[in-house]
Amino acid sequence: MKTVAEHNPNRRNFLKGSAALVGGLVIGFYLPMKGGRAFAADAAPAQVFPPNAFIRIAPDDTITVVVNKSEMGQGVYTSLPMLIAEELEADWSRIRVESAPVGAVYNHTGFGMQITGGSSSVSSSWEQLRRVGASARVLLVRAAAQEWDVPESACRAENGQVIHAASGKSLSYGKLADAAGKLPLPENVALKDPKDFKLIGQPVKRIDTPEKVNGSAQFGLDVYLPGMLTVLIARSPVFGGKVKSFNADEARKVPGVEGVYQVPTGIAVAANGFWPAKTAREMLKIEWDEGAGATLSTPKMRADYLEMAKKPGAIARKDGDPAGALKQMHKSVSAEYEVPYLAHAMMEPLNVVVDLKPDHCGIWTGTQSQTMDHASAAKVAGLKPEQVEIHTTYLGGGFGRRANPMSDFVIEAVQTAKVIGKPIKVVWTREDDMRGGYYRPMWADRIEAGIGKDGKPTAWQHTIVGQSIIAGTPFEGFLVKDGIDQTSIEGAATLPYAIPNLQVDLHSPKNPVPVQWWRSVGHSHTAFVVETMMDELAHMAGQDPVQYRLALLEKAPRHAGVLKLAAEKAGWGKQLPAGHAFGVAVHESFHSYVAEVAEISLEDGKIRVHKVTCAVDCGMVVNPDGVRQQVESAVIYGLSAALQGAITLENGRVVQSNFHDYTALRLSRVPQVEVHIVQSDAPPTGIGEPGTPPIAPAVANAVFALTGKRLRRMPFDAETLA
Amino acid sequence: MISLTINGKAAEVDADPSTPLLWVLRDHLHLTGTKYGCGMAQCGACTVHLDGQAIRSCVTPVSMASGKQVTTIEGLAEQALGQKVQQAWQEVDVPQCGYCQSGQIMAATALLQQNPKPDDAQITAAMEGNLCRCGTYNRIRAAIHKAAELQGEAK
Repeated sequence: MKTVAEHNPNRRNFLKGSAALVGGLVIGFYLPMKGGRAFAADAAPAQVFPPNAFIRIAPDDTITVVVNKSEMGQGVYTSLPMLIAEELEADWSRIRVESAPVGAVYNHTGFGMQITGGSSSVSSSWEQLRRVGASARVLLVRAAAQEWDVPESACRAENGQVIHAASGKSLSYGKLADAAGKLPLPENVALKDPKDFKLIGQPVKRIDTPEKVNGSAQFGLDVYLPGMLTVLIARSPVFGGKVKSFNADEARKVPGVEGVYQVPTGIAVAANGFWPAKTAREMLKIEWDEGAGATLSTPKMRADYLEMAKKPGAIARKDGDPAGALKQMHKSVSAEYEVPYLAHAMMEPLNVVVDLKPDHCGIWTGTQSQTMDHASAAKVAGLKPEQVEIHTTYLGGGFGRRANPMSDFVIEAVQTAKVIGKPIKVVWTREDDMRGGYYRPMWADRIEAGIGKDGKPTAWQHTIVGQSIIAGTPFEGFLVKDGIDQTSIEGAATLPYAIPNLQVDLHSPKNPVPVQWWRSVGHSHTAFVVETMMDELAHMAGQDPVQYRLALLEKAPRHAGVLKLAAEKAGWGKQLPAGHAFGVAVHESFHSYVAEVAEISLEDGKIRVHKVTCAVDCGMVVNPDGVRQQVESAVIYGLSAALQGAITLENGRVVQSNFHDYTALRLSRVPQVEVHIVQSDAPPTGIGEPGTPPIAPAVANAVFALTGKRLRRMPFDAETLA
Repeated sequence: MISLTINGKAAEVDADPSTPLLWVLRDHLHLTGTKYGCGMAQCGACTVHLDGQAIRSCVTPVSMASGKQVTTIEGLAEQALGQKVQQAWQEVDVPQCGYCQSGQIMAATALLQQNPKPDDAQITAAMEGNLCRCGTYNRIRAAIHKAAELQGEAK
C-alpha cells in the first residue's frame, strides 16, 4: 500500500517570498488599497511580490481567494470569499480558498495584526474584501473594453464573464486576468448598494464541507514531514513548576524512541510516532520543583474570592449614588455567584510541526494568531522574520485557545526543535491539553440590588472577582484601562437597563493558573450574573420577566428587538406541558444582540433543555446559513459549560484530564435550537460568540420558574434540584 | 510485520502489536482522516470499521485488526451507503471545524448498515459516544435521517 502524501509543498509555491510561480494569470492587490498596485505574472514563470494577494484568477477561470482569517469552524472560508465574489461578480462555483501566509497585508483591519478572534472576521473584512472584489471587477471590465475597443460603460460583468451586449461578445475572467493584472489599480471603486446584492444575504453552502466529509481536510495534526519525529513533552503537574531532576533510562529503551531531552517546558520524548513517544513518556522519572502553585486548591480559592467580593474593587462604572440608594430601597436582594475555570477542549488537541534549519523555520499549526506566533518563533529561533513561515492549517476547533497571547504552544515547539535539531511534531495528548492551562478564568461575583415601589430597579452594586486575562500580555496597552481589564467587566459595566444608581467594580487577584479568552470571554460569566439578577428583580417586582426588561430597555432598541422576537417565536406566555418552564435572557456581545428562550424540565433531578429559541441581530447578514450554524454551535457550547463544565484544582493539580471527567454535551442532551435573524441595514457584527452568553442565564431562569430555586453557581449539574 | 487490509488494499506495517490501530493508520500509513481526540474511547473521533462494525481505533491494538477488513473515512466512498452518508452530510452542511466528522460519519454509516431507517432514539443511542465541540449534533441527526432517505430512494 502506498502511503499517503506528505504535506504538499506545491500548494503554497506561489506564496513563497519571491519564489517563481505559475503562469501569468495572477491578479494581486497590495493593501491598503490607497496607493496600492495590481500586478500580474508574465507568461513565463514570474516574480510575485509582495506575496500577499487576496485573489488569483487562473486560466481555467478558477478564482483562488487567499483568506487571512483562520478557519476553525466559524465559516470564514465561505463568508469572506462571498464578500469578494459579490463585488467581483464571480461564478461562485469557481471559488477556491487558500490560507494566507504571514504578512502585514493580511493584518486584521482593526487589530493591526493577523489574528482571528473577537467575532470580528466578517466585520473587519466587510469593507476591505468587497473593495478587493470591486477593484478586480473594474480591471477585468477595463481589460475587456480595451480588447474589444469599446467603452467600459458598454460592458458589464456577470457570473465570471465580461459581456458586451451590443456585439454579443463575452470573455471569461480567466481569459482577461492577464491583461487586467497589468493595469493600474483603480483609485476609487464604487461598492454596490446592498439592495443589489446577489450573493450576500443568500444561504450558501460551506466551501470546506466536501473535504471535511471525506477525511482530506488537513489539520495541524495531519502534517507529516520527511524525517519528522513525534514529540511528547512531560510538563510540570503544577503551574509554574520546574524540572529538578529526571531519569530517562527506561524511556530510552522503548523501541522507536530517538531521544529524551530537557527543554524549557519539561522533558521531551522524541520518537518515530505518537505511540512510542507516549509509552516512553510514561516511563520517565521526573522530580519537580513545584513552586508556589502547589498550594492551590479550588475550595480555598473560592472562599478567598467570595471574601474579596464583599468589598468594592476598582470602579469600572458608577452612575448616580448607588451606596445611598441601597439604603432606601423598597425591596432588595443580595446574591453571590460563582463560575469555575473552563478548558476550551477543542476536539483537536494542540499540536505544532516545526522544521527548523539554520536559516529557515517552517511552522505548520492551527493558529488563530499568526503575527504574534510568527514574531515569537523568529525570536526563539534567532532568525529574521522573513526566515520564518507559518502555514495555517485547518483548526480542529479554536474557541480562543489557539490565539494565545503568549504564543505558548508555538514558542514551546520552536524551543524544543532547537534542542532536538530535527523536524518535529509536538503533540499534546488530550490530558496535556486539558491540564495545560489557559482556562476561562474562575469568577466570583456579588450583586446587591433593589427596586422601588413601582418595581423598577433603583440601585445595583456589582463586584466582580477574577484574574485578568490581559494583564502581562501584549494587549495590555489597549485592553487594560485605569487598571481595569475591559474583558473582565464587559457585559456587566455595559449593562443596558435603565438603573439610576449603579456601580460595577473589579478585583483582579493573581495566581499561577494561566487564563485566556474562551468563547465570548468576559461575557461568558457576566451575562449569567446580570441576566439572572434581572430575572430576580422582575420576580421581586411581581412582573413578567420579558415585559420587565422591555420597560427598562427603551434606550436599547436592538436589545428590545431581539427580546421581543425571541419571546414571540418561542410563544412566551403560552401554556407549556406540565413540568416544563421557560426562561429568558438577552445580551449584547461583540456588537451583536442575542435573546434566548429556553424551555426546560427536570429529569431525574437533572436539567433537561428541550428547546432554545434564539433571536439574533448581527447587522447585515452575509451567509444566513453560517449565522444559524454559529448560533446553534454557540448555544451548545455555552450549554455544555453551564450544565457540566468545570476545571478544578487540588494541591495545584488539575483534577480533570479527559472527556470522562471534563464532560461535554452529547447528543442525548442536546436541545432543539431555533434561530431567528433580525433583518437589519446596520453593518455586520460578530456571530461566532454572541450566542454563548445568554444560554446559561436563560436556563437558570427557567429552573427558577419551574422550581423556585435560584441557580447562582455553574455548573448546574452540581446543584441539587430535586 | 503485521498484515492489514485497509480500504480493500493490503498493507504491511512494522509496528509493535500493541500499538493502537489509530496510530498505525496515521503515523505509519498517513491515513490522516481518522482523528485522535482522547485516546480512551471517550470521543469517537477515531471511529473506523472493522469488518463493518464501528470501533474506536484509539484503543484497538493493531494486532486485533490483522486478518479483518479495516475501512477508514478515506475508503468510505467506495461503498454505496458511505457515499449516501457523505452526500447527506453535505446537503445538511453538517461540519464546522470538521475534526470530529470523520468519526461521526463512520459511526453513522455503521448504524445505517444495521438499521436502514433508525428513529431518533436509535440515532441517539448509536451516536452518543461521538463528541462534537462545535455542537453540530442536530445537523448530524438530520443528516442521518437524510442519508436513510437517500439510501431508501436508491433501492
